[in-house]
Amino acid sequence: MSGIIGRKIGMTNVFSEDGRSIACTLIQAGPCVVTQVKNEETDGYRSIQLGYGERKEKRTTKAMKGHFDKASTTPKKVIKEFRNFRIEFNNEVQLGQEITVADVFEEGDYVDAIGISKGKGFQGVVKRHNFRGVGQRTHGQHNRERAPGSIGGASSPSRVFKGMRMAGQTGGKRVKLLNLRVIKIYPEDHLILVSGAVPGSKNSTVILEK
Amino acid sequence: MSELMKIVEAEYKDVRSKYPDFKAGDTINVHVKIREGSKERIQQFQGTVIQRRHPNTNGETFTVRKVSNGIGIERKFPLLSPNLDKIEVIRRGSVRRARLFYLRGLQGKAAKIREKK
Repeated sequence: MSGIIGRKIGMTNVFSEDGRSIACTLIQAGPCVVTQVKNEETDGYRSIQLGYGERKEKRTTKAMKGHFDKASTTPKKVIKEFRNFRIEFNNEVQLGQEITVADVFEEGDYVDAIGISKGKGFQGVVKRHNFRGVGQRTHGQHNRERAPGSIGGASSPSRVFKGMRMAGQTGGKRVKLLNLRVIKIYPEDHLILVSGAVPGSKNSTVILEK
Repeated sequence: MSELMKIVEAEYKDVRSKYPDFKAGDTINVHVKIREGSKERIQQFQGTVIQRRHPNTNGETFTVRKVSNGIGIERKFPLLSPNLDKIEVIRRGSVRRARLFYLRGLQGKAAKIREKK
């Protein structure tokens, strides 16, 4: 799996040739540095680790600093491992090598985007699980409009099943969106435009995978 | 808007500069490309601009209102859409607000807009 780490810039839209407006998200992806290369002999599997964004030196532990020194690079903010990483021009990835967005993706590819969704606080079941609420507004009903309804039988099983969908913290979770089309890549500015929305707020970290 | 976003939206600069400057209150004639099977023809829609939304972004749209046989018709156009062929400004109007929704409640002479001097 190939991929890259980036940061969400925001959303805009472009027009396709047949005149349709396509909503899309702009992501600044890379340049990433290869911070570790794992192979079958020492680690039992093949993968590479990428680092993205600058981390303040005083916020880096000495152990982490040693790890980055091995790749002769500055401390990175985000690191992420990609198994069986492949790039077109060279299957062998070197430690410390810089990887840009144009190396990994091209226009027309379908990519998956991973991010931390926007936190929405403690929400009821209507917003959290798309319940429809109970009953009507009128005909003697009151205060049941956004209620969850029954959560189980009383005498049997006389308990609530595990995993019952209820109100609670919503958002702020890792979300993966599949098959977003790459509309355009701007190699000089390390920008990539993908169709649709991507989880998270502006400036939040996004991982793109292929 | 982020500086990086401007890089993307700059690609539509040529389309934007193709059209004349117009505002709410102006009367304009919009030439729209309509595709029927393999044939393409141009349809015109003439009326008063009642609003422009999301200015200076790729998502900019404007709404044109006209009264046809006593029935008000409003049509929204994305400014940068490739389906727009041409926009002609027929008349500049003098209005005191950016969005002219009050025209919807008016008829005949009351719905008239003074011409800009």
